[in-house]
Amino acid sequence: MKEELIISGRMNPKIDPELAIWHWEIPFYLFVGGLAAGILFFASFYYLRGKENEMPNTIKWAPILAPILLVAGLGALFLDLNHKLYFWQLYTIIKLQSPMSWGAWTLLVITPLSMLWCFSYLGELFPKWNWKSQMLSKLENYVIKKRRIIAWVMVFFSVILGIYTGILLSAFNARPLWNTSILGPLFLTSGLSAGAAFILLISKNKYEKQLFRKIDLIIIAVELFFIIHMFMGFLASTQVQIEAAQLFLGGDFTLPFWVFVVFLGMIVPALLEYLEMKGQKIPSYIPAVLVIFGSLMLRFIIVNAGQVSRYLY
Amino acid sequence: MRYAMAIDTRKCVGCSDCVVACQIENKVPEGFCRDWVVEATSGTYPKLELEIRSERCNQCGNAPCVRCCPTGSSHYAEGGIVLVDPDKCIGCGACIASCPYDARYVHPEGYVDKCTFCIQRVRKGQQPACVEVCPTKCMYFGDLDDPNSEVAIKLKERKHKTLIPEAGTDPHLYFLI
Repeated sequence: MKEELIISGRMNPKIDPELAIWHWEIPFYLFVGGLAAGILFFASFYYLRGKENEMPNTIKWAPILAPILLVAGLGALFLDLNHKLYFWQLYTIIKLQSPMSWGAWTLLVITPLSMLWCFSYLGELFPKWNWKSQMLSKLENYVIKKRRIIAWVMVFFSVILGIYTGILLSAFNARPLWNTSILGPLFLTSGLSAGAAFILLISKNKYEKQLFRKIDLIIIAVELFFIIHMFMGFLASTQVQIEAAQLFLGGDFTLPFWVFVVFLGMIVPALLEYLEMKGQKIPSYIPAVLVIFGSLMLRFIIVNAGQVSRYLY
Repeated sequence: MRYAMAIDTRKCVGCSDCVVACQIENKVPEGFCRDWVVEATSGTYPKLELEIRSERCNQCGNAPCVRCCPTGSSHYAEGGIVLVDPDKCIGCGACIASCPYDARYVHPEGYVDKCTFCIQRVRKGQQPACVEVCPTKCMYFGDLDDPNSEVAIKLKERKHKTLIPEAGTDPHLYFLI
């Protein structure tokens, strides 16, 4: 058998023997970013559809988590930086070719917007709330009047946030597993699915629950289609991408991916949600938690496996 | 002007002098390297072939690191040399993940570091440290746009290859085979 044996004298930390530049911070951020994108998308979308009173959990309660997630995600991103005190350099330039650059700007828009959104509902959700400041009360009234504009901007930027978490990885052609444009839509659907699951988790409202079960089922079906599509693309591509797919088809990541992401994170919750829709009594937190867990696992597995996949020469 | 380097794999003995010279010239921190030696053995026993390559950043014409850098810290300098500006680098690792040659590393001070073709020497009209010290004189450096430069002549005379051209990076490190 013709073989090639490569011995390299290079042993740079975090680079060799295989790339390990990103640890828990990046997949954690991709997860919370995706979940926040899902929550904010549904909140602003259904607000614009005029469902404010029918869907209070979606529009008013769930978004409270979004700024917390985004701030936690920003914190993780900051921890990930190796040259931390220079982080502000991100905001001295808009570089369109770099997804990380426009992602940083997207976060700068959507984080304060999500805070304003929650701020505008605090008085309504907690009637005893008192700002004890005329300025804040004035600001509250102003933001309430501008909710529609905020919703329009948020619906747009939440999709960008959701899709960017995937595009961030797919821009790296050096890592064949990441270098697929399906990763953007896949992470977007995964984020929307986690957002829908979170609403299911907190909602006590029958109408909302039934609607989000249906939405989640459709999104999971689309997600499964994207995953199949991703593997079809890899297997029909170049040697390095075939090898990247092999990581999940017999390689080191086979078990975690198919068990945690696909089976426990998609198929089981989809079945449970379907049974619930048919009237079976199933504690609705089970499928919701599974979907959110699957979404987290997807980020961790793709980020780790991508760093293992490489060109060999 | 387009700087490039050609390395004669038939003359290289893999002594790693280039690695040590670089570490001293560029004060590369201990445990790291900007250039390294690869020994690739291929074939079927007993018919084996050994290729020794002194590798480093490929100073790509279409550099993914420059494209992915969110702050513009990774940039093209004169002659197409790809440089990192430490004062703009946030150490996010995007360039490291984007490099198919894994030629970059995080400097212990936090910014990302890599081969610069010894630009501080080249600006003074000297050769990069690795080229200067090579005991077998197997490395050639110069301006590809100048047909009389040593590197242009070698590339005209000899069969050569680049590493992973299929990654679309337009590498400027040539290996004479």
